[in-house]
Amino acid sequence: MATGQYVPHAPGYVDSPGEKIVTSRFVYDDSYTLERYEATGGYEGFKAALQKAPDDVHSITRDATLLGRGGAGFPAGIKWGFCPDDVWPRYLVVNGDESEPGTYKDRLLMELDPHQLIEGCLIACYAIGLTQCFLYVRGEMAVAQQRIADALNEAYAKGYIGQNVLGTDFSVDIVLHWGAGAYIVGEETALIESLEGNRGMPRLKPPFFPAAVGLYGQPTIVNNVETLSNLPWLMNNGADKYKEFGSETSPGTRMFAVSGQVKRPGVYEVEQGVTTYEDLIYGNDYCQGMLDGRELKMFVPGGGSAPWLFPEHVKLPLEARPVGAAGTMLGSGAIVIMDDTTDAVKACLRIVRFFARESCGKCAPCREGTSWEEKILQRILDGHGRPGDLDLLLDIGDNISPGPYPVAGFEAEGLEPVPFPPRQTTICPLGPSSVAPITSALRRFRHEFEAKIAAANETSVEVIA
Amino acid sequence: MSRLSDANVALAKDIIRRYPRPKSALIPLLHLAQEQEGWVSDEAMAHLGELVGVTAAEVRGTCTFYEMFKLHPVGKYMVNICTNIACQLLGGEELLHHAEQTLGIRAGGTTNDGLFTIEDVECIAACTEAPCIQVNYRFGLRLTHDDFDDIIAALRAGNTPEKLITANPGEVIPSHGTLGLSRQVMTEVQTTHIVAPEQVTEAPVWLATSSKDS
Ligand SMILES: Cc1cc2nc3c(=O)[nH]c(=O)nc-3n(C[C@H](O)[C@H](O)[C@H](O)COP(=O)(O)O)c2cc1C
Ligand code: SF4
Repeated sequence: MATGQYVPHAPGYVDSPGEKIVTSRFVYDDSYTLERYEATGGYEGFKAALQKAPDDVHSITRDATLLGRGGAGFPAGIKWGFCPDDVWPRYLVVNGDESEPGTYKDRLLMELDPHQLIEGCLIACYAIGLTQCFLYVRGEMAVAQQRIADALNEAYAKGYIGQNVLGTDFSVDIVLHWGAGAYIVGEETALIESLEGNRGMPRLKPPFFPAAVGLYGQPTIVNNVETLSNLPWLMNNGADKYKEFGSETSPGTRMFAVSGQVKRPGVYEVEQGVTTYEDLIYGNDYCQGMLDGRELKMFVPGGGSAPWLFPEHVKLPLEARPVGAAGTMLGSGAIVIMDDTTDAVKACLRIVRFFARESCGKCAPCREGTSWEEKILQRILDGHGRPGDLDLLLDIGDNISPGPYPVAGFEAEGLEPVPFPPRQTTICPLGPSSVAPITSALRRFRHEFEAKIAAANETSVEVIA
Repeated sequence: MSRLSDANVALAKDIIRRYPRPKSALIPLLHLAQEQEGWVSDEAMAHLGELVGVTAAEVRGTCTFYEMFKLHPVGKYMVNICTNIACQLLGGEELLHHAEQTLGIRAGGTTNDGLFTIEDVECIAACTEAPCIQVNYRFGLRLTHDDFDDIIAALRAGNTPEKLITANPGEVIPSHGTLGLSRQVMTEVQTTHIVAPEQVTEAPVWLATSSKDS
């Protein structure tokens, strides 16, 4: 039973020093109830927003440089401004489809503080005139769906949502919607297709971005759960206060899920640009070092789609710009730590298999390419690799993402990393994402691949003879 | 027989009203069909098509895109074992292998008694708690092979396994098809008037008044 007590460790979340903008209630075991929410300043940010003109609420968000937390890192306030002036109605779609390998923060935000997310939605809707909001929760997250359903029912009953909210002329509906298992639906145009009841296949963009032509062809803002969860704090404290945390280009905090072979894996909320990968991996307040005293071999710095980083990069601050300049991305804030016992071929295959399975099949380079990448890596791992396989892998990658692929960690080879994002022959970035683990593993650990292929071919020669 | 029951038709109509266009309700309605039957049958798809005004083929088109919808009967408990990168590093594949051995089925298969189906799944967003599984979409975290056996034994005995996390402590693990145990309730009284987009031509009133003020 929820007792309102302080719980230092809800499964997955680890409390740490520093300002908590979105996880402040996670330490209570009744964090998801309206009672706890209202007792800890809940819905105050929304009430403060209602006192202001909608434009001012939009300006605060713009001034705070609240960057999107879904992966692309686009400033929310600027995206909101892309809605055409005189096309109505406009919709809000909340992206709670979190399925990027290694990523989980949105699930905790939805399970542990659903009212904070709802309040964020209300603020966004008020600011830019969105009359209906769809909260799209990943299908597999049954507990999150249940908590959000309960929270929405409570919030409707209290008059925070519905017709003439809190006696004002602001009216909005928030509808809980849920998916049914498809990673690609996290891509915003696929999310919209799915919400229209269709197969979740991305739409071609440009020319039309969802803010101009989205759900039912209407202007639609798609924002990530964590992005919107920042808004209540922002309305309570203002943009200047928000910018006191984090760095100039990436203000505020971010949630990072650090998993893999570390002593104390967990989801941590830290200031952007101040904390480094090293702090997270080795810091006493965070993961406390590698498991069993082993050595770091490589790590995924921002979700399965991100090119890998290596031990020489641990000093990089957790901030979009420097990580991007190193040839990878902060992405969805998922950090997967791999130690020196990890087989680079096996790890690479596992991530590639994910993209092969999740490709929606709409464009040929991705549909065919990802499954060939998987087959070739599988045969290398199984000891049936062929001499030309490594070139073939890179060639297939080049068909999906032409030109130099963003890579990190080639300073040692005197190469400049190519900044993220890569070029693509595909409709969406899923196809190119499958190339990230391949170029990362192959350029750094080519000898591991070659050894497996050489062993395979020695054996087959003996068998024939 | 596999059409929606009368109670579920009423619920379906209530869900359809929440969307500016009826077809948007299709995924929640497919879940409703799966909740009733444990899987999604041809009859159910045809019925949903009637309810939202599309053909049975269109319903099938949507349904077959999504992994959670099962087009044939599956076990009462869907055991999803994650083998994606974070779990792989900490024994997810070994756990899957253990599950296959103890239940005597391969991933994708169902036990003869119809109780368990196991699946080898992609990341389920609990990476720091690897290796992890979901049973009917309730999490089991940091599982040893013994923990896994305990979960299976408890489910066989009809109990809620201690190691599975539910929204409220001690809640039952419902049969496959049921997701959250509570639903959003939207009655006409509480909501603004949800209409098709072409019926709205003007800026919402609170924006209009505020721009007049300024
Ligand atoms: C293949 C793919 C998967 C994505 N998955 C997610 C996701 O699960 N959750 C999410 O918020 N954004 C995801 N995104 C990013 C969204 O397209 C979109 O940029 C984001 O939801 C916008 O919200 P934000 O601006 O608040 O970050 C994905 C993008 C791609 C290309
Ligand atoms: S890149 Fe892959 S996932 Fe994206 S639209 Fe093309 S086929 Fe679908």
